Amino acid sequence: MEMKSVKELLEVHGKAEKDCYFDWENGSIVDVEVFNAMKPFFLEKGYGNPAITHRIGWESYEFYGIEKEKIANSINADSVNLALTFSSTESNNIAVIGTTRLDKKRKKILVSSVEHLSVIHAVKALYDQGIKIETIPVSHNGVVNLDILQEKLDENTLMVSLQSINHEIGTIQPVKEAIEIVKDKDEDIYFHTDASAAYGRIPLDFLDLNVDFGTISSQKILGPKSIAGLYVKDGIKLKSIYEGQLSVEILSPDVEYMPLLAGFAKAVEIQFNKFKEINEHTLKLRDKLMYGLQTTIPRVEINGPEGHHRAPDNVNVSFLGCEGEALTLESSMSGIFASSGSACTSRILMPSHILTAIGRKPEEAHGSFLMKLTRLNTEEEVNYTLETLPKVINRIRSITGGIEL
Amino acid sequence: MSSRIPLPYAPRVLELFRNPQNLGHMKDATVSATAGSPACGDIIIIYLKINDETESVIKSSFESYGCASNIASASQLTILIGKLTLKEAWEITWKQVSDKLGKLPKIKTHCGSLAVGGLRRAIRKYYSEVNKKKPDWLPEEITKDEKHALEEEALAEKMKKKYVL
Repeated sequence: MEMKSVKELLEVHGKAEKDCYFDWENGSIVDVEVFNAMKPFFLEKGYGNPAITHRIGWESYEFYGIEKEKIANSINADSVNLALTFSSTESNNIAVIGTTRLDKKRKKILVSSVEHLSVIHAVKALYDQGIKIETIPVSHNGVVNLDILQEKLDENTLMVSLQSINHEIGTIQPVKEAIEIVKDKDEDIYFHTDASAAYGRIPLDFLDLNVDFGTISSQKILGPKSIAGLYVKDGIKLKSIYEGQLSVEILSPDVEYMPLLAGFAKAVEIQFNKFKEINEHTLKLRDKLMYGLQTTIPRVEINGPEGHHRAPDNVNVSFLGCEGEALTLESSMSGIFASSGSACTSRILMPSHILTAIGRKPEEAHGSFLMKLTRLNTEEEVNYTLETLPKVINRIRSITGGIEL
Repeated sequence: MSSRIPLPYAPRVLELFRNPQNLGHMKDATVSATAGSPACGDIIIIYLKINDETESVIKSSFESYGCASNIASASQLTILIGKLTLKEAWEITWKQVSDKLGKLPKIKTHCGSLAVGGLRRAIRKYYSEVNKKKPDWLPEEITKDEKHALEEEALAEKMKKKYVL
């Protein structure tokens, strides 16, 4: 489509009286303090390559060391055990692909059926190399079945990957118990946790957890995109999955970019200094939104667990009789931005694999609506959403009319 | 929640989504037909009120459980139907619907197809259940757009098998 038409499309769409952004799962801005921390590194500081021996390079290297340590501290790790990458997707790919190069005999990788696609697809893409994926089913709340995990472990098992929190339905997974089960069975089975959605939401102590690999992301705590991390336990000699020159970072053979590091470190400082305060704030908004919608709108179902079993920032509900893409568009025209696991929002025209895995019928998955809360969301936005969404749902249901699902 | 694609609809889709023409259940419809499946999240009902003597449409309407382009396609189709004869209505193609909508994004062309498939289903139903004098112009074999509707209905099952882990 020509850009001219996109401009017209936006004109037809127009702007609502208010913008309430809840689609943090799919895109985010940085906190203004984060931006201010990054700014000098674009203009005057840290532009030298930290691997080069001159003053400008050493200045970068000094800064790099100090800031990286702050990030590593947030997961109780040493700097040397944290590899900086460009995204959670890259971290997950390095963990999966890198592990297959560490142990070439074992060919089975176990993942929960609700893992992020950057894990599932990374494993599936190794099919030609003889790597087999086996999925561990989850309960109707998305909690992985530990008995089945235990049953599936054998001498051919290379790795288990289980996320700390599900990014779509907010399920907090029993990662600690899962690691104990796996390591009790066989110390040599690697364990990876994608903690992107958990980072800054629940306490994460990778050292205490005895996990081999852990993925974290800057974007999820309102830091800049294009920087993330992969924790690698002491003694594991993971290698980069692509080639380049030698650099300070071992797993990314690129030149380290200080503005991103400055932003990530500042985001860590904010999120972890105000950890309790931020999570109490989002939890309060979460429950007000989730139960408010359930009270004011008929035929609403909550996807995922409730209370303390659910991530403090996650609201995911299904409005029965509504198709998700129409729903996200109608709410967008009312200034509310969220996403849906409907088939029509995906390229493959199948509903979200996560909603399917927890046993949602297609018509329930199609009406799903995902909203996330950050420290930048306000109670006023939640109030506006609670007033506005019933009208949005009514209109979409009026188009569905008498169609029986 | 991956596998997203941007869907820059043409403005006409958004206009019809916002103000759908000919929306709603038709109590006095001569015939109605459904196309699509709940698994795909894509269902439309086309209602037709037909003048039996002239074999032409008096009015048409739709209901849709589906995305914005599904709603806009069904609405655009009813606008195209207007008061055409059934023979003329039969000849409306998904491409005409898509063109009127400023060309649907490739992944959404099935929406236009589904609407046209639903209309042809309604016309066939009319000649098999109401007016039993089947005209010469009505083909015995199902047409491409009807096939698309059937394929769409089968798609969910197919994709499920392919995609389930």
